[in-house]
Amino acid sequence: MTLLELKGVSLSFSGSNVLQDVDFSVPAGAVVSLIGPNGAGKTSLFNCITGFYKPQHGSIRVDGTETLKLKPHQVTRLGIARTFQNVRLFREMSVTENVMSGMHCRTSSGIVDAILRLPSQRREEAEIRAFAEDCLTFVGLTEGWEREATTLPYGWQRRVEIARALATQPKLLLLDEPAAGLTSGEKEELLGLIARIRDERGISVLLIEHDTGLVMRVSERVSVLDHGVMIAEGTAKEIQANPKVIEAYLGVEDGEEALG
Amino acid sequence: MTVFDIFTNQLLNGIVLGSFYALVALGYTMVFGVVKLLNFAHGELYMVGGFAGFLVLSFLSPFIGAGWFGVAISMVLAMIAVGFLGVVIERVAYAPMLSAPRLSILITALAVSLVLQNGMLALTKGQYVPFGSALGFGGINLGKLFISYNQMILVGVAALLMLSLEMFVSRTQYGRAMRAVAVDKDMSRLMGINVNAIIAVTFFVGSALAAAAGTMAGAFYGSLWYFMGFLIGLKAFTAAVIGGIGSIPGAMLGGLILGLLESFATQLDLRGMGIPFKVGSEWKDVFSFSVLILILVLKPTGLLGKPEQERM
Repeated sequence: MTLLELKGVSLSFSGSNVLQDVDFSVPAGAVVSLIGPNGAGKTSLFNCITGFYKPQHGSIRVDGTETLKLKPHQVTRLGIARTFQNVRLFREMSVTENVMSGMHCRTSSGIVDAILRLPSQRREEAEIRAFAEDCLTFVGLTEGWEREATTLPYGWQRRVEIARALATQPKLLLLDEPAAGLTSGEKEELLGLIARIRDERGISVLLIEHDTGLVMRVSERVSVLDHGVMIAEGTAKEIQANPKVIEAYLGVEDGEEALG
Repeated sequence: MTVFDIFTNQLLNGIVLGSFYALVALGYTMVFGVVKLLNFAHGELYMVGGFAGFLVLSFLSPFIGAGWFGVAISMVLAMIAVGFLGVVIERVAYAPMLSAPRLSILITALAVSLVLQNGMLALTKGQYVPFGSALGFGGINLGKLFISYNQMILVGVAALLMLSLEMFVSRTQYGRAMRAVAVDKDMSRLMGINVNAIIAVTFFVGSALAAAAGTMAGAFYGSLWYFMGFLIGLKAFTAAVIGGIGSIPGAMLGGLILGLLESFATQLDLRGMGIPFKVGSEWKDVFSFSVLILILVLKPTGLLGKPEQERM
């Protein structure tokens, strides 16, 4: 079953083409990687999927629902969540509060309930807190929940960001360079976490990553974007052997080594 | 009266005055926190709130009386009405300007202020309007200090409103969403937060608090005037800056500090020090705005505000 499907997506900013006729899909229950040189349009593609950029042509469907006419917060409600290359946690909020903010779209208490703090609202608040703590435990954070999130060490902040994304209860989680700036030990843990997100939570993962070693180990399918064009799609092995990909990356001579 | 009597008396006056400032300052600071707009029309919402409370009370007083119960009902209805007015103003006047340069939206806010002020001027012909409340004159004596029940109720209601706001902001999903939107709007959208709805909630709550202060002021002081929002708007702005604009506890603290400062400063008598000058109550605005200037020069982030972090 296809969870995310892009067909003929083209995006341009003041005349320069960022994405050209991109076809792309993520099946349910899969880990898919998107690679490509800097400036290939990977992050722009993420922004199209989350509804921040509106492509001029094409269609993007999440679970069969067309999202091009939707606002970003509505796309989130359909089950898309993402993290950022540079961690973006809410300042002046505790770790738990950051994660709880991710559940805004999954709560039913109305504004009047909240102002009057009705019993139903308090019960829901307790449920939200419990779920947020569950997400934090899931990503391996079992302490420091009351600390201001932006004061945590970098590697922990990344985990909080993933926990916050999980709190939106997505069907598809987009990770933008989740391994950037992590130590090799932390990268190993990240690999395990990505696998558990898929296996235990049933959430598909789409990641942008430069660490090709990590990409090859974790993903079932790899897609390659270069200058806004999807130039290859296949299993990790097929991609490694694809001459077009090697050329796009570093030129023919060095490419093999880089992707090794 | 001894110095101690003067002190306790001015303390009481300062707390009463400070409660008004704090309630109005909260709306200023909340709106600034979420949309980075200095809503100079906010003081007018206090004025409109006073008149809204007056209208409700004149309709309902035959049934519920014009005592504190009647005033409380009028206050709640005025809060709801002015809350919606705040949302309408945001949608009509500010929302289309949010991506425009900061100065444009500031000028829009001044225009909204003029529209509300002059609208009320036209309706009331510039006359003072008696509020029509019939509050008792009872109270308790603590030594030479007389505290009226009205003062107690007023400060109590203000404290209750502020406590509820604090609970709302810190312990509900909407409050958290409000703080999230204040920090990072795009990230909030990714959390599934409807940013426009949260901005509307912010305007609603801020305007409703101003209306509460307006109704209570009308009931407490006994009359309303189309220009009554102007000065308190500036004072509330000062209070918000003292506390650190954008900070909710800061606005409460700033309001209280400003109220106390005004009531104490006006008692300064320099004649005892050989200077032939006694500061009278006509000097209180000079004190307030001198403090505003001092804070802006010495600690622009205010007492509880945090320096704005620029994203790299």
